[in-house]
Amino acid sequence: MLLALILLPAITGAAAFFIPSTAFRRALLVCVASAHAAMTGLAWRLDPAPALSGWLMMDDAGLLFLSITSGLFLAASVYALGYLARESKDEMTDLEEHFLFRNAPEAGFIGCLLLFLAAMTLVTVSRHFGLLWIAVEATTLVSAPLIYFHRHHRSLEATWKYLLICSVGIALALLGNFFLGVSAVSIDGGRASLVIDELLPRARSLNPAWLKAAFALMLVGYGTKMGLAPLHTWLPDAHSESPSLVSALLSGALLNCAFLGVVRIQQVCNAGGQGAFSQKALLTLGLLSVAVAAVFLVGQTDFKRLLAYSSVEHMGLLAIGFGLGQAGVFGAFFHAVNHSLVKAMLFLLAGNVLSCYGTKSIAQVRGLLRSSPGTGALWVAGFLAITGTPPFGLFFSKFIILKAAFDQGQLFVGVVLLVLLAVIFIAMATACLGMAQGSAESSAARVTGPCHWLTLVPSATLAAVALALGIGIPESLNHLLSMAARTIGGVL
Amino acid sequence: MKLDWILVLLVLGNLRLLASTRLGAKIRTVAAQGVLLGLVPLLAGMHAPGLRAAFVAVVGMTLKGVVFPWLLFRAVRETRISRDVQPYVGYSASVLIGVIGLAAMFLLSERLAPFPAGASSLLVTAALFSVFTGLFLIVSRKRAINQVLGFLVLENGVYLFGAGVMSETSLLVEVGILLDVFVAVFVMGIALFHINREFDHIETDRLSSLKN
Repeated sequence: MLLALILLPAITGAAAFFIPSTAFRRALLVCVASAHAAMTGLAWRLDPAPALSGWLMMDDAGLLFLSITSGLFLAASVYALGYLARESKDEMTDLEEHFLFRNAPEAGFIGCLLLFLAAMTLVTVSRHFGLLWIAVEATTLVSAPLIYFHRHHRSLEATWKYLLICSVGIALALLGNFFLGVSAVSIDGGRASLVIDELLPRARSLNPAWLKAAFALMLVGYGTKMGLAPLHTWLPDAHSESPSLVSALLSGALLNCAFLGVVRIQQVCNAGGQGAFSQKALLTLGLLSVAVAAVFLVGQTDFKRLLAYSSVEHMGLLAIGFGLGQAGVFGAFFHAVNHSLVKAMLFLLAGNVLSCYGTKSIAQVRGLLRSSPGTGALWVAGFLAITGTPPFGLFFSKFIILKAAFDQGQLFVGVVLLVLLAVIFIAMATACLGMAQGSAESSAARVTGPCHWLTLVPSATLAAVALALGIGIPESLNHLLSMAARTIGGVL
Repeated sequence: MKLDWILVLLVLGNLRLLASTRLGAKIRTVAAQGVLLGLVPLLAGMHAPGLRAAFVAVVGMTLKGVVFPWLLFRAVRETRISRDVQPYVGYSASVLIGVIGLAAMFLLSERLAPFPAGASSLLVTAALFSVFTGLFLIVSRKRAINQVLGFLVLENGVYLFGAGVMSETSLLVEVGILLDVFVAVFVMGIALFHINREFDHIETDRLSSLKN
């Protein structure tokens, strides 16, 4: 079943490059996304058997991130139907600089989307550090063409930065993998196994100096991909220039997958008695990320970049949750779920706003609630959710992380975090509420009518789920989160 | 002993990369380093190299010594450039920084001891110095092709460490890593081609319209 989860999108993705019929290709995308989501749902009930001699295995954290990825991919693929119908003209006019450009061939786009899903699935089920690395690097390579869907100079610049910065980061993570292997052989001359389940029982015998170096390199490597400051510089560019459904997947699914790399090595560090060191590093990078995000969110003029910097903030919060340990770990996992749902929804809505108003400038978008009520209402709901206003789930996950900080006597972390979150709330409120209110006539941009219903359904569904998670966590999810947190050494 | 000579050549190659202005010479240097690296897994292990090590060595040498240089030379030909533009950090300053970096890596690798059996302090130093050189080339040079070269040097350093120290990684992982690097260079090559067509030059300092 694990192999099927990976091979289904991989094979259909490769096939999609050669399918000439547009309608069939789009149908295939949605069918594969649905089948993948159904299989993932099934994995909650039956425990999938390990494959490839234990290299592929589904653990609780993996299942959690796989479910997020699969669910978001389904939402994005439904959105893609409406999006691609709109984008399938031969020549497109750039909305900002008004030159003509072409889109990349749609067959390649859909093919890469499916391969992207396959690579992310492989990340979530890898139990071997080398395989995990291969999978994370593969996600970079297949998602680069997705960012370069609109063929013009800005998206090319974004793609180049993404490709280079992430590849370099990931290369350092590979060095970290080798360091980890050395830490295993250097003392007792044992086998240099990189399988997590073989490393954990003998984690105490790992050489601490090499283990620490391995953690630092992997944190830098996977942290680059995850968008932790100061290595986040590719993130706002890639998110603002790629098609909105790709931004949604990058932010909601890919960043989590990279985070899973950090989670795995953190697990080994905790088991090896180096938890204090790794937690301090995570806490520092996390706080720095939230601070950098706050600086760039204040006065941000582009609403897709606004959402991208908000992702930096939330990745910082995940790192802080892990840095605090104990209840913070549970909070971070729950936060990952909530953030993915809400951020994907917001990016999809941003795509609607972009197509209605023809601009990414926050100042030029006015009267969203009047010109397209569906998008406008969801946009306001999304803003409330992402800034952690009750009763959305993000309120509770942020609350758990903050409470963990104060409970552990980390007053400095808690207070700084509270101040930064308040600044971010004000910055986001100024931008998002300004876009929603006013009259559409007062906006500087030409406004076309409301959006296609197909582009609204995914966002509305995601919003409903995010709201439901705030009202009550289902018992099965609560169990999964607690189990996942326990394996990393956190208890609620 | 043979291994030590290879390591010395690799370090000298890195210094040459820092000093060189001609793209062709740089590509050839990286290719030569790739071939030398292919020999490392054959010499590093404590036992005679098996079939598996030979296979990885051949694949690695073909990719790094033949395929990558060919892709890069094609990119250079298509863009009709052969000389570098003035870098952010001058060439003699680059070499000086390289030498300081080398000394720093010697100190660092002393601190990382104990090494596993079979790995020498020189090997760790050479690997870390390649990583350092690669990173430095990426940040200090302007032409996009230099950044691909820098990435390759960095990757070579990581590979050297892996091949020299971890003689027992599995085939799947090694081939997977090589495949990933191959696709990365391939995709970067395509991106280079598009950058060239779009901007009529490949200097990354012009890639700066996305800010804030």
